[in-house]
Amino acid sequence: MSRVTFEPLETDSMLLNFGPQHPATHGTLRIILELEGETITGSTPEIGYLHSGFEKLGEDLDYNQYITITDRMNYLSPLCNNVAYALTAEKLIGLEVSKRTEYIRVLMCELSRIADHLLNVGMLAVDLGAMTAFLYGFRVREDIYDLFEAATGTRLTTSYTLVGGLIRDIPKGFDKEVLRVLEEVDEVTDDIETLLNKNKIWLDRTKEIGVISKEDVYSYGISGPMARAAGIEWDLRLKEPYSSYEDFDFDLVIALNGDVFDRYLVRMEEIRQSIKICRQALEKMPEGEVNVDPDLGFSLPSKDEVYNSIEGLIYHFLLYRQ
Amino acid sequence: MLLEKAISDVKESFQEAILDVTEFSGERSIHIKCDRILDILSFFKEAGFEFLADLTAVDNLTLGGFERFAVVYHLLSHESVERVTVKAYLPEEKPTLRSVESLWKTADWQEREVYDLYGITFESHPNMTRILNPDTFDGHPLRKDYPRRGRIERSDFPLVKRGIRKEDETP
Repeated sequence: MSRVTFEPLETDSMLLNFGPQHPATHGTLRIILELEGETITGSTPEIGYLHSGFEKLGEDLDYNQYITITDRMNYLSPLCNNVAYALTAEKLIGLEVSKRTEYIRVLMCELSRIADHLLNVGMLAVDLGAMTAFLYGFRVREDIYDLFEAATGTRLTTSYTLVGGLIRDIPKGFDKEVLRVLEEVDEVTDDIETLLNKNKIWLDRTKEIGVISKEDVYSYGISGPMARAAGIEWDLRLKEPYSSYEDFDFDLVIALNGDVFDRYLVRMEEIRQSIKICRQALEKMPEGEVNVDPDLGFSLPSKDEVYNSIEGLIYHFLLYRQ
Repeated sequence: MLLEKAISDVKESFQEAILDVTEFSGERSIHIKCDRILDILSFFKEAGFEFLADLTAVDNLTLGGFERFAVVYHLLSHESVERVTVKAYLPEEKPTLRSVESLWKTADWQEREVYDLYGITFESHPNMTRILNPDTFDGHPLRKDYPRRGRIERSDFPLVKRGIRKEDETP
């Protein structure tokens, strides 16, 4: 009888295509994996599938037309992109918008931040098997999207800002609705933390995983919650305040270890800070116009004027023909 | 205060490489010749501007400038909350300059993007290949002389007719 041996089989390394379409990727990404048995020894990402040539598209659009493109840059928080673009264009032109516009922009940005962070945490949770946290998060995220719909008319392609203002003022009774949703968000963040913070499976799968050190932050140019979770005290809203962020009282959130768990904690705390900012913005909301003086020649006349007066119509076309 | 000192120091040490120092709505830019880029950026990094916020390029074909292309480095100091933009100008023929991947790892992919979209190559870069477009792609789309709406690529596509296709009809 021959002896049974347990020597490992001789194997070659294998190339495996992960994507571009795969149910486990959130988006279109192809990774070329080198496998040694079941161990991944190397990977080459192909990131170009989602490239849409935004810069090239911008070459023949005027400054207000480009706002629709900024919606598509990050489909989780389009309002933030709208605002960022408007701020840049206004800085270039040298326009100053009214306090009310700035406050509404802050309010919208922070609501987007809450929705974005909820999705981020929820998606992480659902991928690690915590379905409940994901559902809790998504329910209030849906309410926030309803708020966006009430203010901008759409859930996703908001195009809310104009260079020099906003497409329209917030609707009547908006503040009450926001406060109601914020109340719910407050509860849900507590619920999610109760579910996850001491959950053994969650801790095993997030603690000391994907650690980003302070050196990595500088070397790889990482910003936002990722950098803050690695202990970098940097928040643009506090360090280089834009759009009246200096009027609001909120804290800089950092964590020290830079792993997945810390990034999750930072995001949860940032949701609480955002709730604080939203409440302050509603409380202190100044009165006034949301667009700069039309005589400056930058803001479009209101749709009412365009359709009902010849002056408005001429003016509308004048702006687009220039 | 970090910025003023850094700028005056750079002006002193790299006098021959500096073309201009400008300011536009509070943003300082240093325009330089491309050959000393690595030295100037490591100088800034040591002076406290240790965060490379962005690396991109500009095609000055219609704008005019010192040269056709400029590679733009946005540096940020977390400590003193100041920003500076370094613009390295490159000629139209064979635009190439030193890679700064040794200073910041993030420059790896961003330089590949600049190569892909502008056709500017970086010396001593570990992997100078296209990053967004497929390797077989022809041309560099963000150059201003690249057409915005082209027929060249599209003419190869088979035409899909609207309506219900008959079985014997090939698409």
